[in-house]
Amino acid sequence: MTTATASAADGEKTRNRRRPARPGAGPGRPGFAWAAPAAVFFGLFALVPLLLVAVLSFTRWNGLGSPEFAGLENWSALLDDPVMVKSLWLSLVLTVLGVAVQTPLSILLGVWAAGHQRNRAVLSAIYFVPLLLSITAVSVLWRAVLDPNFGIPAQAKWLFGDGNLFGVQAGALGVLVFVSTWQFTPLHTLLYQGAARAVPRVLYQAAQIDGAGRVRQFFHITLPQLRNTVVTSTILMVVGGLTTFDTVLILTQGGPGTDTTNSAYYMYQKAFKSFDFGTASAVALLLVLVAGLVSLVMVRLSGYDRMRSTLEGV
Amino acid sequence: MTRKRPNYLAGLGSLVWLFVVGLPLYVMLIATFRTRADYAANGPLGLPDDLTLDNYLNDLDDGFARYFLNTAIVTVCVVGIVLLLVPPLAYAIVRSDGKATGRVFRLFLLGLAIPSQAVIVPMFYLINEAGLYDNLIGVILPTAAFAMPVCVLVLTGVMRDITSELYEAMTVDGASTRRIFLQLVLPLSRSGLSTVVVFSALQAWNGFLFPLVLTQSSQNKVITMGLYDFQTEHGVDIPGLLAAVVLSVIPILLVYLFARRALVQGLMGVGGK
Repeated sequence: MTTATASAADGEKTRNRRRPARPGAGPGRPGFAWAAPAAVFFGLFALVPLLLVAVLSFTRWNGLGSPEFAGLENWSALLDDPVMVKSLWLSLVLTVLGVAVQTPLSILLGVWAAGHQRNRAVLSAIYFVPLLLSITAVSVLWRAVLDPNFGIPAQAKWLFGDGNLFGVQAGALGVLVFVSTWQFTPLHTLLYQGAARAVPRVLYQAAQIDGAGRVRQFFHITLPQLRNTVVTSTILMVVGGLTTFDTVLILTQGGPGTDTTNSAYYMYQKAFKSFDFGTASAVALLLVLVAGLVSLVMVRLSGYDRMRSTLEGV
Repeated sequence: MTRKRPNYLAGLGSLVWLFVVGLPLYVMLIATFRTRADYAANGPLGLPDDLTLDNYLNDLDDGFARYFLNTAIVTVCVVGIVLLLVPPLAYAIVRSDGKATGRVFRLFLLGLAIPSQAVIVPMFYLINEAGLYDNLIGVILPTAAFAMPVCVLVLTGVMRDITSELYEAMTVDGASTRRIFLQLVLPLSRSGLSTVVVFSALQAWNGFLFPLVLTQSSQNKVITMGLYDFQTEHGVDIPGLLAAVVLSVIPILLVYLFARRALVQGLMGVGGK
């Protein structure tokens, strides 16, 4: 921290001293010194920790004293750890279910909200409210609303059976997917709304002349025009899904048993409950690699990096 | 012909979703004005016997006033750091002809892909080593750092739209880099700057993981931690708990009512680009 402020201050000084005669910079062009304070700060508090997580994954450390080098111990322990394998699988399940539920829902809501009718604008403003709450607040709210003894399930036994959704794996996973959907659908809806409004009107006019109905227009014009947004939105969902943590901690504590212990929550437990920071770092690194890889593959597979505009050929 | 017919199916669907969104919000709001006994007796959906403000008052007495203040401190500092560091950086990325700034930009793009969960263990280590454990500064610094990549992306996007003619005109007038920055770039980046302020403020206000791991004592508790601890310690006092949830969202709700556009942009972050 002291180093950060010190080097930030250094950055200020060099900027002032060097600016007028900086070689290579044209007149009125900012030199590197303008970027340095932010770069140093970000490096120190985001990139150094990222490198450190790789280093720590090869050490033994219980939070006190100094980490000791442990070679591949943590990694080989993880490979043999059934809870770890299960947690990766659960992360995947949560992510896939999240995408599968949220994508169609937010496409429909987004296209619907793209209409300029007054009632749609009013309803959209209400739909937006869950996004204003923090993930913590949303999880706390749903934990209370779904409480087996004092919540809605206790009052609506015809719908919820014995009422304890958190007692079985399917129920607990369902709650996690549902709560994430409840909170983040507005975000993706906004993305799709923006994209749907950008679809050129001529396409719909042409389709109408050809006699295409609402459903055909949706599948043959709107949906193909949204493909860039589908990629953006899905990447956000995948990264968010793989790193789901707050909802698990507050809603299910990874239970029943380890039935909703996904990798992010497992990492937290390893670190701050079992004080096994080395193994936790290995899990964290695995998580970064998987999330990064998935995003990269999706960008490549979809051709998103080559796809500049959906308007080609219009 | 089909255009004139109202879309009944969509109308029905939109009402179903209104119910899903609205029911828990309604339950929450009503519950906060009910006594614990009333809530337990009549259930979340039942009609309350009479209404009270005690839940809010008790929460504020039980420390939430303090947590509010702490969260406000964290938020102001995070926004301050971001506003101090990111605009000069974005300016350099957009206008510098050096290679180094390009590399810095790519590092920030990489940063977009780093989830905060991934660095929480080393962050705990670093903050401990720096002697900042259980100190609000220890929460402020990483929160600001993790808000930066999106802010960089938003601001560079806005600054790229400033035409080079404007820069050239000022350069011909003999304006220094600093003057161009202050008199041309900043005023023309206002929309981006408001997005950046809202985005980083939301990150700070709603931040949970860093405070969870990096603070401990109740005098350094932020509001999200207040909610979490309330739930784990007195989870049965649902009206009190939900009143705390409502308290935590009031500032954001006010921004939503009065600066909706900036808030939406800020919430969308990169997604909106």
